[in-house]
Amino acid sequence: MSPQEVEQLIRTGMPGAQVKVESDDGTHFSAVIVSEEFAGKRTLQRHQRVYATLGRLMGNEIHALTMQTHTAEEWRALQQATQQQ
Amino acid sequence: MDVIERIKSQLSSNPVLLYMKGTPDFPQCGFSATAVRALNAVDARFESVNIFEEPELREALKQYSNWPTYPQLYVNGELIGGCDIIVEMYNSGELKKVISSVSAQG
Repeated sequence: MSPQEVEQLIRTGMPGAQVKVESDDGTHFSAVIVSEEFAGKRTLQRHQRVYATLGRLMGNEIHALTMQTHTAEEWRALQQATQQQ
Repeated sequence: MDVIERIKSQLSSNPVLLYMKGTPDFPQCGFSATAVRALNAVDARFESVNIFEEPELREALKQYSNWPTYPQLYVNGELIGGCDIIVEMYNSGELKKVISSVSAQG
């Protein structure tokens, strides 16, 4: 699969989310997802939410998906912290 | 025993349980190897199940836990997460806390 296809699936399943997916081999992906849906959720629940948008592709066509999941506020804080370093 | 009963039994009898690809000595996937390294680094005493030897359980556990990939770490029967979360918790010191709390229970 292409990173763009995975991106599209996550965006469709999580309307309003900002999604960036990368992959070197078409089976192992890494994603950064920024969505207000993550507010108040632990990392485990956030990852389960993203996995749900990919259904049976996870563990089959998609061997692995490494995720960074943030709310918009967390993302801004992270960007500022990175710039200050 | 049906496979869900077997999962529940494994989870209730092993306070720290890692479902993984391969074994701690011979992990057959980089993510499982990383999970084992993190557990060893916090001196965790844990049991493991090689899901390659358990094809039926491998599929059933994904549904049971709502988690589609391996490894999966459970503490006191509760899903902690996969490789990313284990590493995140290792880096924050939380993994050591969780593991220590289990050891303290004896």
